Amino acid sequence: MEKDRLEAVIQAVVRELQAAAAVAAPAAVAAPSPAAVARKQRPAPGAEDDLRIDLADPTLPAARSRSGIPHPVDAEGLVALMECTSSRIGVGRAGPCLRTGALHLFLSDLAVTKDALARDVDPQLLAELGLFPVRTRVEGGKEEYLIRPDLGRQLSQEARTLISERCSKGPDVQICVGDGLSAQAVETNLRKILPVLQAGCTTAGLKMGTPFFIQYCRVGVMNDIGDLLQPKVLILLIGERPGLGRADSMSAYMAYRPKAGDTDAERDVICNIFDGGGVNPLEAGAYALRLAQKMLAKQTSGVKLKLMEA
Amino acid sequence: MLLRTKLFGKTYDFPDLRVLMGKANGEKSGDRLAGLAADNAAERAAARLVLAEVPLWALRDNPAVPYEQDEVTRVIHDALNETVYAEIKAWTVSELREWLLDDRHDGSAIARCANGLTAEMIAAVTKIMSNMDLAYAASKIRVQRHSANTIGLDRRLSGRLQPNHPTDSPEGIRAEIYEGLAYGCGDAVIGINPSDDSYASVARLLDMSYGVVKTWEIPAQTCVLAHVTTQMRCLQSGSPVGLVFQSICGSQKGNDSFGISVGMLDEAYQLARKHCYPAGPHYMYFETGQGSALSANAHNGWDQLTLEARNYGLARRYSPFIVNTVVGFIGPEYLYDTEQIHRAGLEDHFMGKLTGISMGCDVCYTNHARTDQDSSENLAVILAAAGCNFFMGVPMADDSMLSYQSTSFHDIATLRHMLHLRPAPEFEVWLESLGLMRDGRLTDLAGDPSFFLSR
Repeated sequence: MEKDRLEAVIQAVVRELQAAAAVAAPAAVAAPSPAAVARKQRPAPGAEDDLRIDLADPTLPAARSRSGIPHPVDAEGLVALMECTSSRIGVGRAGPCLRTGALHLFLSDLAVTKDALARDVDPQLLAELGLFPVRTRVEGGKEEYLIRPDLGRQLSQEARTLISERCSKGPDVQICVGDGLSAQAVETNLRKILPVLQAGCTTAGLKMGTPFFIQYCRVGVMNDIGDLLQPKVLILLIGERPGLGRADSMSAYMAYRPKAGDTDAERDVICNIFDGGGVNPLEAGAYALRLAQKMLAKQTSGVKLKLMEA
Repeated sequence: MLLRTKLFGKTYDFPDLRVLMGKANGEKSGDRLAGLAADNAAERAAARLVLAEVPLWALRDNPAVPYEQDEVTRVIHDALNETVYAEIKAWTVSELREWLLDDRHDGSAIARCANGLTAEMIAAVTKIMSNMDLAYAASKIRVQRHSANTIGLDRRLSGRLQPNHPTDSPEGIRAEIYEGLAYGCGDAVIGINPSDDSYASVARLLDMSYGVVKTWEIPAQTCVLAHVTTQMRCLQSGSPVGLVFQSICGSQKGNDSFGISVGMLDEAYQLARKHCYPAGPHYMYFETGQGSALSANAHNGWDQLTLEARNYGLARRYSPFIVNTVVGFIGPEYLYDTEQIHRAGLEDHFMGKLTGISMGCDVCYTNHARTDQDSSENLAVILAAAGCNFFMGVPMADDSMLSYQSTSFHDIATLRHMLHLRPAPEFEVWLESLGLMRDGRLTDLAGDPSFFLSR
């Protein structure tokens, strides 16, 4: 195996990541800005005609990172704690309940997430990255996709024909992309992760299959692809279930020689792939490549691979 | 087998118990997906009429998966108390329902009766109960367990602190633990769902979380919810483990898909008793949820409620400190909307209690289900009234790793204040000693994670 050259690719990716992190903006401070305070000043009694409510966007990073605790024991320490995590901490309380601002930010995040779920992956992106689209057996749109996971795990007859025509059989590594529950996750991450995977395979001298995109895709479709194309390692990049206010998280599911009847126990997964708080997509690509090589060396995946390592 | 009724002059005929059990269920998208749901509301009502007259022995004789084929069935049937069973086997499902609700029968009487029940009997009676029946019957049953503290006492509500982080950052997770502790949450367990299941990463998180417990002398147990095989390796390598966790399924085939077996769980249980750091004697933690067997195509043609009841029968073998039904996590293909999630949460909590396990509920939903946070708050209030042992404490209910919404530190504090419930006694003493709680209520100092930066 071309281990040294692969390491070189990975090192280059890591250097790029470090450079990107160095220019990232520092997080904002906890105190409310003077402008925000001014806007909140109450009009004088009898001045109803002057009532103007003109709010700053509460979803901007500076507003999000503001603490809701009026008199913390350790104000600087609190800021440091809040910077460690994207979770909603340091939010304070009204009695045992949430403060109004925190509650409304939460509800706003939920609102945009619900709206984002309805979208499809941009066909231009797929064309740009050379992915031809196929479908699973879901024919009734998103609603059917949600309530019929069985159909999302099977390739349609047209898909089977198209894939058989256009893809080479028995590659070392087959890469597929699925929309899953978030088109946005595919759109945000694919340009970064796909080239790393492709360059890595080439460097390592691995024979790569023709990549393609699957609409209305569930993880279980890997078995159908395995039966059809007989890849040694299959990597499925798929949009994850959207989190609150964030729909850009992707997973890479991987399996060694997937086939009908396989379950999650035969698969490995790299989850939470996204920029700014998750597993960086470049890093995830490098990690997936290492994992693929491990699968090829041990000729297995999932729980069995883990047990061999233990 | 003849299973038939007339309803408004129309005859409804059910070929076997499997079909009857499916059609008697409350509406669930998962049962519809599996082709087991009633065709319409009248057929569901007819199925319930018939199921109510089924004797308990028939349910023992017809498990969801035959005894010879399935080790989960064997675990449940082999553990049955034959004396109790002989007393009740002629009861109908209807009689069992009324016996459970009867005020002459308290928690200890119910616990004895439960020794003669199989999962299929528990599922059957659940199907013919209303939501309030489920809440009321569950409220009669208390299941107490002890590890580093005591869970399940009357008028107590524990919190399962879930400080997840998308990349398992120990600093980020520690910050979330501080936030949760500052709200009086963490007595059920401080449990981290890891993003990376590798031994090294899991061992690091076990060390970090145990460090917090030692530094602050917290009477609580910690856990990293990796695959059980990873935790077993940690136990053998000397990592500090409070509870040993695993997700389980209601059939052998389902457990295969999780990469586990009864033998493996037995081994984990032995290791836990040998190596876990709390006083015990209860060391196990399981998670379940309706639909998991179907999603692994391991339901053997049976409905998701019955498979869930079998989870609890399997869990009972290990006297777990806690069992958590993650009720809305699986998504709308199994539980479509608020009504279905609420029904399932109440069913699971009741079935767990009746089985005799320490039951909590992850009252939750994913963003693609037809529900919202207000609905979660509603279910949490009902379950708290029903005596649920614990709820999840997630920062503002928003789990940044698992991408779903659960209940918050605030929710647990609010439920305690509103319903006069207190934390686990040892944990309450600890909170009072730090000045974070007085007479069961949060003090002005509470809610500030920077409080925990002083040690």
